[in-house]
Amino acid sequence: MKLVTAIIKPFKLDDAREALSEIGVQGITVTEVKGFGRQKGHTELYRGAEYVVDFLPKVKIEVAIGDDLLDQTLEAITKAANTGKIGDGKIFVADLTQVIRIRTGETGEAAV
Amino acid sequence: MENQIFELQYAMDTFYFLVCGALVMWMAAGFSMLEAGLVRSKNTTEILTKNVALFAVSCTMYLVCGYAIMYGGGYFLSGIAGGDTLVADALAASAEAGFDGGSVYSGASDFFFQVVFVATAMSIVSGAVAERMKLWAFLAFAVVMTGFIYPMEGAWTWGGASVFGMFTLGDLGFSDFAGSGIVHMAGAAAALAGVLLLGARKGKYAADGTARAIPGANLPLATLGMFILWMGWFGFNGGSVLKLGDIANANAVAMVFLNTNAAASGGLIAALITARLLFGKADLTMALNGALAGLVAITAEPSTPTALEATLFGGLGGILVVFSIVFLDKIKIDDPVGAISVHGTCGLLGLLLVPITNDGSSFSGQIIGALTIFIWVFVTSFIVWMVLKAVLGIRVSEEEEDQGVDISECGLEAYPEFTK
Repeated sequence: MKLVTAIIKPFKLDDAREALSEIGVQGITVTEVKGFGRQKGHTELYRGAEYVVDFLPKVKIEVAIGDDLLDQTLEAITKAANTGKIGDGKIFVADLTQVIRIRTGETGEAAV
Repeated sequence: MENQIFELQYAMDTFYFLVCGALVMWMAAGFSMLEAGLVRSKNTTEILTKNVALFAVSCTMYLVCGYAIMYGGGYFLSGIAGGDTLVADALAASAEAGFDGGSVYSGASDFFFQVVFVATAMSIVSGAVAERMKLWAFLAFAVVMTGFIYPMEGAWTWGGASVFGMFTLGDLGFSDFAGSGIVHMAGAAAALAGVLLLGARKGKYAADGTARAIPGANLPLATLGMFILWMGWFGFNGGSVLKLGDIANANAVAMVFLNTNAAASGGLIAALITARLLFGKADLTMALNGALAGLVAITAEPSTPTALEATLFGGLGGILVVFSIVFLDKIKIDDPVGAISVHGTCGLLGLLLVPITNDGSSFSGQIIGALTIFIWVFVTSFIVWMVLKAVLGIRVSEEEEDQGVDISECGLEAYPEFTK
């Protein structure tokens, strides 16, 4: 089992969600986050003086999936969130040691 | 002795006008808060900038040429302070009018009261085109709207001038007490022309054409805005009696206050119930729009209905506004705050309700008046928007819209975080 964490541009969330539904992903968790990567921040103006916004708003998607869905999931997110411009975000993949569905007590692949 | 009483009456009527004008000025705050509450947080700074700037532009343009076009007199308000014989003239006019005759008050107070109506009409536009229109294109439109488009139709109605020498609305039985049509529907007509050229916000419609909700960021602000507008409306309608200084007019003012309040209440209740029946939940934003719809509906004639009639008229507005908002959504006219429904649809309703209680007006006169105002404002606005679209562009780029117009237009977030 894998935990896929993707940081993407906020307005691409709908596209990503649809793409994931299409390949059969059962659920995702979404968080509004801020951060910086190569895009860095940008400067804004307040009463004529500049101030730096170091952290830009992004959306973090977390998806827990079985190993068989991994490639499809990565492709779906990459495709959906791509604008070709700097700041499109990143995807992290980590091994998942255990999953438990709280309502039924199911564990492992059955609970994903 | 009589002169002293005339002087007091003049002073009181002028004072009343100024206080009512200040109340209507406060409606600019109401519109700002309502609109800031109903847009997404990434577009807050920009909508506030539009609101403060449009108020100042309206006041300036009406001073430069608007008032002169609407009511005559000189450009730049020359001569409005009154000449050397000001007091003697006013006393003579008062004596002629007597205590139950025409209004006699300071010319400057009349300008002050009228100018805030122009700003109200323009505020209606900013809400409908929110979240996607370029700031400077909007302000360029405000210059033309408040300096020319609105004063022209204002001259035909309250100014009593004939429409290009063809007909005079007053003679046809047209009556619009405080501006359901002249102010509110006019603002909505300009907004509609803008929205048609501008298109819907990105993400408002799904690929299959169904409308998606884009919830406002701050409902407490929207609610505060509604209450400020409700309060300002006492000046809007109450001041339109134009006079307070005798028993008959004092009573008329009291009735107008009472009816204005009753219509707002009726509108809110009706919209709340309609939304509950239609959507299954009590929708706060519909309730807010319902109160405003009731206020717009009673504005064309708040002095002749009974309190019960005013409540019912407001209620009609409250029901109509819910259906109007849903309908406009369906035909892909994207109006983030519902301004076209509140001010346009219910403004028309208000005009059509007048002949029920006011014998001095006729249905045909109201319809011709409504058509005259709508066609004039819509067509001229459409042309101005088209020119602006060709010259400046009226819509921000897709990327700027995604990012929020706060950054792209103002370079300033409303709620900055993690800054240094």
